[in-house]
Amino acid sequence: MRRTALAPDALDATDRKLINRLQDGITLTAHPFAAVAQEFDLAEADVIDRIARMRDIGAATRFGPFIDAAAMGGAFCLCAMHVPEDDFERVMTLVNDHPEVAHNYERVHHLNMWFVLATDTPEGIDETADRIEAETGLTVMRFPKLKEFFIGFRVTA
Amino acid sequence: MTIDTTDRAILSATQGGLPLVAQPFAEVGRWLGLDEADVIARMDRMQAAGVIRRVALAPNHYALGMVANGMTVWDVEDSAADVLGERIGALPFVSHCYLRPRALPDWPFNLFAMVHGSSRDEVEAHREEIAHMLGADCRACDVLYSARILKKTGMRLRKEAH
Repeated sequence: MRRTALAPDALDATDRKLINRLQDGITLTAHPFAAVAQEFDLAEADVIDRIARMRDIGAATRFGPFIDAAAMGGAFCLCAMHVPEDDFERVMTLVNDHPEVAHNYERVHHLNMWFVLATDTPEGIDETADRIEAETGLTVMRFPKLKEFFIGFRVTA
Repeated sequence: MTIDTTDRAILSATQGGLPLVAQPFAEVGRWLGLDEADVIARMDRMQAAGVIRRVALAPNHYALGMVANGMTVWDVEDSAADVLGERIGALPFVSHCYLRPRALPDWPFNLFAMVHGSSRDEVEAHREEIAHMLGADCRACDVLYSARILKKTGMRLRKEAH
């Protein structure tokens, strides 16, 4: 995924309006893009072409369903470790080696390694975290989600 | 809700993106041997149940200039956490806000909010905005900036139920 900003002229005003509108989701109908096109007085094909182009240039990562992974079954847990600097590479390799580690970030803090475990069963979280503790000799702090709040996040294009 | 193997096949086929054609659900139906109407009805049902949050564009916030982010963490009274979490989560620059257990004595924070901005200064300004909003309800806070991505595989769905 692209991690740098696009040139300001990479998107025109219509693209920006579409980005702002399409983050809110579409109605599931046979011709979903036609309904959006009508809102902006565009042709259906134009809307589709613009979405495809925005995806191709990296302005968007995809257009599709946002899935609540937890609703599909399986368990997730944010974990954190304090890893001594001189041991960081060894521990990182051991942690990343677990397929249950979905992503892992180095952060600027006493707790300097933060990763998410994704397992098929709730028990899998502690099993994996315990295994990482045994392998590394370090404590894995576990911060499971008790509740989530998110509604507002929108990128203004 | 229960998701059957057909629902799962639809999610699996579309999680990387819908086909960008005039009738995307008809195309998905062709891939899976289903009617367009069946694909729409199943996705509608999953959306009503919250399995699908929405069918939408995922903008790349880096490409659109939001290149900085920080994980802000807050210690608020448990009894106020629900109300304050909702308020933080509703802010346009917060992508995720979660209530998580504390790990005392080392970790007093119970609300986690990922804050995005065009620069670290902007993230700091957003953080101050949250601190101001929380006022006396905030007992302690911190922000953790990422130094390096060590692994990122994303959470793809498994093909089969376990």
